[in-house]
Amino acid sequence: MAVTSPLDAAAIRADFPLLADSERPLVYLDSAATSQKPAVVLDAMDTYYRTINANVHRGVYRIAEQATNELEGAREKVRRFINAASCAEVIFTRNATESLNLLVQSWGRTNLRPGDAVVLSHMEHHANIVPWHMLAAERGIELRWIPLTEDDRLDLTDLDTLLDGAKVLSVTAMSNVLGTITPVRTLTDAARAAGAISIIDGCQSVPHSTTDVQALGADFVAFSGHKMCGPTGVGVLWGRRELLEAMPPFIGGGEMIREVRLDGFTCNELPWKFEAGTPAIAEIIGLGAAVDYLEGIGMDAIRAHERMLTDHALRTLEARFGTDIVIHGPADPDQRGGVFSFAFRDLHPHDISQILDERGVCVRAGHHCAKPLMRLMGVGATARASVYLYNTTEDIDALADALEAAGAFFAF
Amino acid sequence: MPGLEDLYREIILDHYRNPRNRGELESPPALRVEGFNPLCGDEIVVYLELDGEGRIAEIRIGGQGCSISQSSASMMSAAVKGRTIAEVGDLTRAFKAMMSIHESSLGGEAAEPAEVPDVKLGDLEALRGVVKFPVRIKCATLAWNTLAQALDDAAS
Ligand SMILES: Cc1ncc(COP(=O)(O)O)c(C=O)c1O
Repeated sequence: MAVTSPLDAAAIRADFPLLADSERPLVYLDSAATSQKPAVVLDAMDTYYRTINANVHRGVYRIAEQATNELEGAREKVRRFINAASCAEVIFTRNATESLNLLVQSWGRTNLRPGDAVVLSHMEHHANIVPWHMLAAERGIELRWIPLTEDDRLDLTDLDTLLDGAKVLSVTAMSNVLGTITPVRTLTDAARAAGAISIIDGCQSVPHSTTDVQALGADFVAFSGHKMCGPTGVGVLWGRRELLEAMPPFIGGGEMIREVRLDGFTCNELPWKFEAGTPAIAEIIGLGAAVDYLEGIGMDAIRAHERMLTDHALRTLEARFGTDIVIHGPADPDQRGGVFSFAFRDLHPHDISQILDERGVCVRAGHHCAKPLMRLMGVGATARASVYLYNTTEDIDALADALEAAGAFFAF
Repeated sequence: MPGLEDLYREIILDHYRNPRNRGELESPPALRVEGFNPLCGDEIVVYLELDGEGRIAEIRIGGQGCSISQSSASMMSAAVKGRTIAEVGDLTRAFKAMMSIHESSLGGEAAEPAEVPDVKLGDLEALRGVVKFPVRIKCATLAWNTLAQALDDAAS
């Protein structure tokens, strides 16, 4: 059964200068770490610096006003992209990590008392673990963990017990190690029923499928721009307005205030209340261009393309290597995204990625910032390949060829 | 661009395939020290027994990791067995000097040792190519850092 893609990935590659360079053909299979950037994003940032570089807000001269309009225009693009009710709910941060820290520091420190429970899962990224550990050290909150099933999905059997009396549920929408897509709506519904707020780490889901924050039923969603064709240095926190209004600011300084006196200050309104200091203007404008680019291609088409690649990868690797390869995560392409962690024979992930690199195949080796999950899997590290809209079935085949070479190199 | 043959020299692959002094020693009496490379999850366990004259009478290596960390540990165990603590200290400094330029520029270890002891590195020279692959340097130095820690423990 051939699975088809609605995308012409070969044509899409031409939009990405680093991939279009035929001098150094690259099989880039590390988009879960960061995506490549299309020329339109680079151009948008370049144009800002070359033609309207000025600090935003409060400037009355022409280019300052243009820069402000571009920045706030990017916010509107992101709002539309995730279907937020208002731009007041779209806060620019540095990355998803900062978005999550903002939540823990601002919402968490205001609302959590010693003994309060926070429910996380065993497949979280360190960004959704360590900030909670930090608060636990300070506040004595209790962390509870949703376990995994045999086939690497969240085990929701005891979800209601875990949520009983909990104040927060914070989980990923898709694992950056296993590729597992989690049942977000089921989770947020259960959290609400238990009286907990829900936070979704959308780092791996927002770049790869349609996101409607209102339909997710979550209170907060965090994601990074650099994994969705945007530049590094800009991330997003979306939150429900009532909750954001009630939260104290995170970082203090310029931009986030309405009034400052010798004896105190009052906060600016949303979203600027959470955006202290000069923002990453060029990067935010770049992210706006990335959103335009992704929407032009279509998020449903991107998801369908990656589903096809996932199907192709699972079949190809299994057909060629049989029991020599163990691919983690659910076997059903509908239940997972295009992230494949694997073990190949008894080769160490470092050695695999080194030999793959020799053939221009970029995969990641390591713990992928998910050490609790690695421990659960009983491994120190995995090799991980991940795909995006510009990858082709040829890239997967090149991965398989390179793995074969690695196997031959270390055969003894 | 450095090629794979700079990294995976035949002697390195040999130690990876047939690791020397692999195993455990009962501890105590043996010293047992673990080393981790937090970046890649590699783990080395060094077991040491010193004799009355301060020589390494026995050494065993446990743990798991990539070909570079495992072969470096194996080569180290062969190089230090039967040597005095002072000799091992010189060897360690010489080995780390071979690796250190890049390691310090990566923000890892502190500055290079002031003076590099004039000792023959022998087979260990095969690991010189690792410096061309900066992310792998920590793999090569893991066993040596762990051994240094074990000798520090022994001294105290
Ligand atoms: C699931 C998940 N959460 C959080 C992060 C952290 O993203 P960033 O490093 O951009 O803050 C990542 C990125 O690796 C991720 O994959």
